[in-house]
Amino acid sequence: MEKVYINSIGSISAQKTFDNNDFLEEIVTYQDNIIPVIEPNYKDFIPPAAARRMAKGIKMGVVASKIALEEANLTDIDAIITGTGMGCVRDSEKFVTAILDNNEQFLTPTSFIQSTHNTVAGQIALGIGCKGYNFTYVHSSVSFESALLDAFMQLELKEAENILVGGVDESGDHTNAIHKLIQHIKPEKINSKELLHSKTGGAVFGEGANFFVLSNKKQDYSYAQLLGIKTYNTLAKSDLVANLEVFLKEKNLTFGDIDVLISGNNGDIDYDNYYSELTNGPFKDTQQVAYKHLSGEFNTASAFGFWLGAKILRTQHIPSPVALNPIKIKGLENVLLYNQYRGKNHSFTLLRRC
Amino acid sequence: MSTGVAITGMGIISAIGNNVAENYSSLLEGRTGISHISKIDTVHKGSIMVGEIEFTNGELEAKLGLGPNNNYSRTALLGAIAAKEALEDAKITNIKAYRTGLISSTSVGGMDMTEKFYYDYLESEDNRRYIEGHHAGDSTDKIAEQLGIDQSLVTTISTACSSAANAIMFGARLIKTGKLDRVIVGGADCLSKFTINGFNTLMILSDTYNTPFDENRKGLNLGEAAAYLVLESEFLVKKEKKKVLGYVVGYGNANDAYHQTASSENGDGATLAMEKALAVAGLEPKDIDYINAHGTATGNNDLSEGRAIIRVFGEDVPEFSSTKAYTGHTLAAAGAIEAVYSILSLQNNIIYPNLNFKTPMKEFSLIPQTTLKEKALNTVLSNSLGFGGNCSTLIFSK
Repeated sequence: MEKVYINSIGSISAQKTFDNNDFLEEIVTYQDNIIPVIEPNYKDFIPPAAARRMAKGIKMGVVASKIALEEANLTDIDAIITGTGMGCVRDSEKFVTAILDNNEQFLTPTSFIQSTHNTVAGQIALGIGCKGYNFTYVHSSVSFESALLDAFMQLELKEAENILVGGVDESGDHTNAIHKLIQHIKPEKINSKELLHSKTGGAVFGEGANFFVLSNKKQDYSYAQLLGIKTYNTLAKSDLVANLEVFLKEKNLTFGDIDVLISGNNGDIDYDNYYSELTNGPFKDTQQVAYKHLSGEFNTASAFGFWLGAKILRTQHIPSPVALNPIKIKGLENVLLYNQYRGKNHSFTLLRRC
Repeated sequence: MSTGVAITGMGIISAIGNNVAENYSSLLEGRTGISHISKIDTVHKGSIMVGEIEFTNGELEAKLGLGPNNNYSRTALLGAIAAKEALEDAKITNIKAYRTGLISSTSVGGMDMTEKFYYDYLESEDNRRYIEGHHAGDSTDKIAEQLGIDQSLVTTISTACSSAANAIMFGARLIKTGKLDRVIVGGADCLSKFTINGFNTLMILSDTYNTPFDENRKGLNLGEAAAYLVLESEFLVKKEKKKVLGYVVGYGNANDAYHQTASSENGDGATLAMEKALAVAGLEPKDIDYINAHGTATGNNDLSEGRAIIRVFGEDVPEFSSTKAYTGHTLAAAGAIEAVYSILSLQNNIIYPNLNFKTPMKEFSLIPQTTLKEKALNTVLSNSLGFGGNCSTLIFSK
């Protein structure tokens, strides 16, 4: 079995992450319950005429993937695998609205085409002329991890050498409005610095695109090794620790080998207690990191967590805004990510310094 | 030839039948499921034709024993019915006995309910339970729940019209790599105003019965359906002495990288997908006994796919037919529907007629099989081609 490495990254998030030389030196704080991404100047990456036609999700995905490909010094890639919970949801909304408001008349196909979940993966392939394997996973909070697992299997078995993997989701007005109605979005606008200590239900919704080149060829510039991924459609709180132990054992690791836990806390008082099972349990004396107060919650927010893990391992540095506890140790070797959304679709992802 | 991954069960619901047996008898009798729209309130009712499933949502809910406050989209309802049949067919009684996963696919997801309650959600609390049912993964989560799959690998693929073929491909790889002992794979899509109007704006809907590979083809009929296969590891098949219905021996996915919705003139993506699948199977083109073509009956698809078939098979194209004239194009479910049909072909040594074909296309001399034909079949190749340039091929064997 080949080892699998994260060779490059590209991130568009609610923080200024599109420049790979930066690492959360300046944090943008928000006082809201929906937060947008900080967009790069798309014209630096895409011809303006093409950019105008593209949905926001496509622009974010295409640009994040360009940043990752450039950093890995690649113009082509063996496969493109994306995860997205909702696809280009604004175009879905636009098309439904047009159908309803005009009684199915005077419709144009653009928003229908862009609403297709695999539009971003298709557009990336089109942009670089990649005729390779092209998949899109659309399964809530494990959309990105499913893509990761697929890439991991191909690279382990040497079926490919370089694979572009990414998670992308854009925020849509109607989707946000109705998720406020069912309290999946917090009723109050909250300061992002306070979010993780919130005493209310619901999350702060966000958006973003995080892309990576994974490879079985280690380079000087590789960020980290990807040791494994495991997803679970359901997992009772009481079974969490035992299942994690099994997963770690499969990688010949124990709880004590984990130097950093990156958890997907989103400030939802009803569901953050899943993370407490780990943070107050086997990892209570381990360095703990969280990120959704910086990125917002979205189906592929865990790809931002993955970006953070890669950055931490390469720089051997944990920026203070993401640290959950004051514990600091030197020599960060193994990083574990745990994420779930509303108690469902859990994932463990394991990274190692390389 | 590679040994492949064993298929031990299958289930299906489509416009031509509510289970495997009904689908097969419709295929034999040449009975199409295409008719005028009766269940969706759309202005296109009189002008387009579709492949509808006869059951109402209420009837499907009753079959699944769901209470009145359930929030199943029609996609989830259809998916659960077909997946349950597949599990029963595989004689799986204890789902927790082995590591069992679910890889489903959909393109519509819960859009049928979203478009119905889009503005209503803002006004009234009555139907807000469906909000959570919108995203594509929700139907898969519900099917997993119906099957009793928990603490396991459950995910959803959405690559437009090739989705279910890709779910089968990923599932086969999960078995091959030992990540799972068995996996239920397939797809589900219901009809919706969203897709009807979407394809209508692309001007690729036929106002009459679709005619795959015909010179005068006018476009596709949309359909709704769900189908699932049960794949099991070699170890489990031996241990449990399972009856094997057939094998997934080859799979290939490639991107046409030509246009967001249209296929390239020479079918580059489809050619690559078929070549990859043959390589994985360790087969030569001459080893393929029948091609179940994607054949949507759009001007673009049939030309592109036909040319790709010629590029791969040269002068010796085996019998081929599209079954879209029976079911309509069932989008994300199509690859699974046609996988079930391919297995039935292998089991019964039967090639289905490509209904409604009259005039050969002028661009090439390909003529689909137009009558029911008995032939000793060992391998069937099935294509699924979709938006975003997504091209997939599966090869099944006895």
